Amino acid sequence: MPTVKSVETILLDHPGAGRDHLIPILQEVQESEGYLSQESITKVGRALDMPSSKIFGVATFFNMFRFQAKGKNHVMVCRGTACHVKGSGRALDMVTKALKIQPGETTRDKVFSLEVVACMGACGLAPVVNINGQFYAKVSPMKLQRIIEECREKEQTHANA
Amino acid sequence: MFAIEANGQTIEAKKGETILQSLKRAGINVPTICHMEGLLPSGTCRMCVVEVEGFGSLVPSCSHPVTEGMKIRTNTPDIMTTRKTIIDLLLSNHPDDCLYCARNGNCDLAKLAADNGVRDRSYQGERIRRPKDISSPSIIRDPDKCILCGKCVRMCDEIQGVSAIDFIARGSKAFIGTAFNQGLNVSSCINCGQCILVCPTAALSEHKYVNEVLQALADPDKMVVVQHAPAVSITIAEEFGFAPGTDFDGKMTAALRRAGFDRVFDTSFAADLTIMEEGSELVHRVQNGGVLPMFTSCSPGWVKFVEEFYPEFLPNVSTCKSPQQMMGAIIKSFFAQKEKIDPKNIVSVSLMPCTAKKFECERPELGQDFVADVDYVLTTRELAELFRITGVNPAVIEPEAPDTPFGERSSAGKLFGASGGVMEAALRSAVFLLTGEEMKDYKIQALRGMEGSKELRVKVGDLEVGAAVVSSLGQARKLIEEIKAGRKDIHFIEVMTCPGGCINGGGQPIGADKEAIKARMAALYQIDSDDQLRVSHKNEWVQRLYTEFLGKPLGHKSHELLHTHYDKREVLL
Repeated sequence: MPTVKSVETILLDHPGAGRDHLIPILQEVQESEGYLSQESITKVGRALDMPSSKIFGVATFFNMFRFQAKGKNHVMVCRGTACHVKGSGRALDMVTKALKIQPGETTRDKVFSLEVVACMGACGLAPVVNINGQFYAKVSPMKLQRIIEECREKEQTHANA
Repeated sequence: MFAIEANGQTIEAKKGETILQSLKRAGINVPTICHMEGLLPSGTCRMCVVEVEGFGSLVPSCSHPVTEGMKIRTNTPDIMTTRKTIIDLLLSNHPDDCLYCARNGNCDLAKLAADNGVRDRSYQGERIRRPKDISSPSIIRDPDKCILCGKCVRMCDEIQGVSAIDFIARGSKAFIGTAFNQGLNVSSCINCGQCILVCPTAALSEHKYVNEVLQALADPDKMVVVQHAPAVSITIAEEFGFAPGTDFDGKMTAALRRAGFDRVFDTSFAADLTIMEEGSELVHRVQNGGVLPMFTSCSPGWVKFVEEFYPEFLPNVSTCKSPQQMMGAIIKSFFAQKEKIDPKNIVSVSLMPCTAKKFECERPELGQDFVADVDYVLTTRELAELFRITGVNPAVIEPEAPDTPFGERSSAGKLFGASGGVMEAALRSAVFLLTGEEMKDYKIQALRGMEGSKELRVKVGDLEVGAAVVSSLGQARKLIEEIKAGRKDIHFIEVMTCPGGCINGGGQPIGADKEAIKARMAALYQIDSDDQLRVSHKNEWVQRLYTEFLGKPLGHKSHELLHTHYDKREVLL
């Protein structure tokens, strides 16, 4: 786990920062807090003298930024070229339907969150899905559904215990 | 000046200007979408492309500077096809519900398509449906109709300095939205409606209340009282095909009666009342070491702006309600008593050049005993709609005088419609109130005109007053920052949210250029120079209101009915 740095400390690391420092600052905030909260964005806005609408506009331009806290199981679906050719689009459709969330979102029970990434560098295993750091190779929609169900079951036994 | 060639003819061009500017002066029309007069070019829509000899590809004329000897063509088959393709693509995912559209009849996109010969759909693009944002009492956003020209974003940011909206997401998924994609009502939007004026489609329109007003008019148990703002009578004519600057004051009054309103009052009366209260407040502040400089509080967009961005300056804002709300409060108190009618049975409608007034009338603190001062606000555009629905044509009607007691006004009150007008009216009365003498010449030229920022130092009796007038919140922000940095020579500041004042308000007829705004302004000055009664303090009914009901300016009753308070507002800045 990365060390949790407050937005204030991050801003202190960028003395005299202007709007050209926005993206590095947002990256550090996300690395520390896992996502960009409204609170953090307003704080950054105040420090850089930028309206939050503009920051939100910039942040939504990039896939890497998310605006909801990650769930306990963070599902990353690769949509790189090789994975695409091998049918990762169908895998993604399956996840969004099964979890009822879109990429960048987190389920209400905070058990799952979904992210789309461009390439994980494991094209030989395409299509690739990564959940909490563990790689799953050659995932068909069926296989992915089983993986998700396993995660859910694990979560339930954990909660019951 | 040097010569360039356009479509084979030699035209003059100035160094530093864009191709578009030179062409326009020569009467050569090039279609544009994203171009905004007076702002730096953004060059995003590519509608304005032209051919320049020696250039490999077409050049956007709005952002390309002219150079000597340049040879330009604006209507080759290649250019015309390019323009058509751009329009085709804009239309490819645009809704086809023109019949029901708020901008039917004055849609820039429809006009563009017609002007460039796009008469059928070439592409069927994928539609991304997004919900309408109806959260704001002033402005409705319909992202489905947005063509992403970005004019609203630039208006909000570069002119108003509010930046409530921006481009969200990327590529084909991009849309215009607020921070965190929340409703406009919780954003920093100050409801000015300038975005509506620049929007080429109906992606932005005002929140309409025409049906509610029609319902009230049809209800026999309700007395429907209407007031009209100074800047409405001089613009409503434009909606009926008349030139900008045509005054319909008397005609509008008559038309309102035909449409079924029981009483027609003039908000300029309340403007006179505002001068009495606000002028007295200024004198009180100056004499008792109160907080200075004092800002005017007539413009509701501005008031919300201070509450959000500069809460530390709230004590500087005059506690006077705006003229609309003063009139509303007086109608539901003094007038109701006089007519022996329960204020709950009065429906108070106001006709405003403004969308922010719709927000203002819903402020919970503006009312008495859970009865709102003003019930519905209609913009100039909605008023035209109401006239059309009720079948009243103000153009051919004989002018009539407004009703007593709140129909009498001074022309000073009428000047409230233009930037500088409140200050001019205030100074006219301040001179009299402090010295007992009238000004020799009422006209104060330094405060007139379209400039965003005007200043004046005047002697009022023994007082040397520093007066400043700003219009547009970008200008207001600049001045506040100067004051924060230590500027102390200004005592009284008039702020109007919209550039040029209410004559260019967010509720005014769409499609007015700078010349039209100037004509509207000139109309107000003409009314002032023709009028017999040119100072607020001589308004007989204002005086009678004080003797019969209110007591004196800043008195107990005034405080209860005509003054208000402000609070810091937590929004996403």
